[in-house]
Amino acid sequence: MDVFTDSANIDTYVTGFLWILKLTAAGAVGALVLGVLLAAMRVSPVPVLRGFGTAWVNIFRNTPLTLIVFFCYFGLYSALGFELSDDIDTNNYWLGVVGLSVYTAAFVCEAIRSGINTVPVGQAEAARAIGMSFLQTLTLIVLPQAARAVVAPLGSTFIALAKNATIVGTIGLMESSTAMKDLINANGDAVIPIFLVFAGTFAIVLIPTGYLFGWLANRLAVKR
Amino acid sequence: MSANTDAVLYDHPGPRAKVRNTALTIVFGIGLLLVLWWIYRKFDAKGQWAGPLWHPFVEGSTWTSYILPGLWSTVSAAAVAMVFSLIFGIVFAVGRLSDHRWLSVPSGVVVEFFRAVPLLLMMFFIFFGIPFLTEEPMPPFWAVVLGLTFYNGSVLAEAFRAGIRAVPTGQSEAGYAIGMRKNQVMREILIPQAARAMLPVIVSQLVVLVKDTALGYIIGYTELLQDGVNTVGANFGNVVAAAIVAAIIYIILNASLTFFAGVLERRTRRSGRAPRASAGPAPATVNATPETL
Repeated sequence: MDVFTDSANIDTYVTGFLWILKLTAAGAVGALVLGVLLAAMRVSPVPVLRGFGTAWVNIFRNTPLTLIVFFCYFGLYSALGFELSDDIDTNNYWLGVVGLSVYTAAFVCEAIRSGINTVPVGQAEAARAIGMSFLQTLTLIVLPQAARAVVAPLGSTFIALAKNATIVGTIGLMESSTAMKDLINANGDAVIPIFLVFAGTFAIVLIPTGYLFGWLANRLAVKR
Repeated sequence: MSANTDAVLYDHPGPRAKVRNTALTIVFGIGLLLVLWWIYRKFDAKGQWAGPLWHPFVEGSTWTSYILPGLWSTVSAAAVAMVFSLIFGIVFAVGRLSDHRWLSVPSGVVVEFFRAVPLLLMMFFIFFGIPFLTEEPMPPFWAVVLGLTFYNGSVLAEAFRAGIRAVPTGQSEAGYAIGMRKNQVMREILIPQAARAMLPVIVSQLVVLVKDTALGYIIGYTELLQDGVNTVGANFGNVVAAAIVAAIIYIILNASLTFFAGVLERRTRRSGRAPRASAGPAPATVNATPETL
């Protein structure tokens, strides 16, 4: 029962969660940038842009993330020779970030679009009435107001991203889930404590985060 | 804003806007074509368009021995997990709404816990951990189904709770007025109405389930990703082609489920059974969040 007194095991545990944090942070930045761009495309006056955004969302929202991450490794890296770093771990990490970003961006885009839908039509009409262009209307009037309504869905998206980061373990990164598997296989007598420590860490971090986003969304919500 | 945002954000294009939009269309179109061309060249340089790599997909045997069995495993795991998730969801939603603290608090803890734990971690525990406790090997199918059930059951429990709360209070008041017990009101008045209103949410949760079965390949469950991509890729050396074909199958399957959920939603809204503005925490909107993969 003294699994977590062994410093090597503690090391495995900490390293695993550090990878998860790094993956979540980088994936969130990538997904946010891509997602805002996609959302702007989907509401723009240019049909080709709209089509591109729609296609992206429908393709990546309906494909399992496991397949996307798998493809990033075996397709992009093994078969097509994309190398993002010389160090094997760093390379896997960035391949994982690419997979997480393109997948999560589709959900970020939809969250932002649903936020845009909460802004009263009159706001955009007024902006157009004083002669603003599409980009001005979007960036100065609509998006700032939509941002308040987007907090809750974006929060759930990023919480899901943190959990999804475990999938990058399938391409050889020693993140938490792989770390837990190894510890379980090495310490069959302490299965329950190992699981509770790993799962508990996720629960302790993510449950309050969920409530925080909920509270924030309530505070920022426009009381109409 | 209405569902029709695009027409609100910009005026009907005049001559200058038309020119600008056309220019943008051409620039972006060319850019997109260049990217596609570059991908095509990349594939070409690696010989990914070679006939032998794509040829297996026009042969019946590839489909009958790998892809279709894999698809069947994916669909059957998702279907079995859906049935269990529904039961789990209803039980814990009712438990959480109970007036008895000894029932509602543990239900809340269970639901919150399973929603916060990554599904892969859960599956690893069930597949690698449980055998240490029971001394029995755990079949991959059940590891996948149980993991999916705990996670999606908890998600559905939250959705049901919002749905039950959204049933107009007059319904349960009427039930009490004719002398029903609390248990009867819940069983015969609230749950049937909530379930009907929740149908679209249930169908869109199926999309999440289908996508999540792909995690099964990590613990050796032979579903579509394992059979259709890994095995085919290993046999014919065409992992890229196999992944593209499998992705198309997933997209068709899930897009039709999403479409079906949309049809159901329109029907429930028309018949006036849709839940009113839901109380409580974030309502479960169809496909709004990537509930996991």
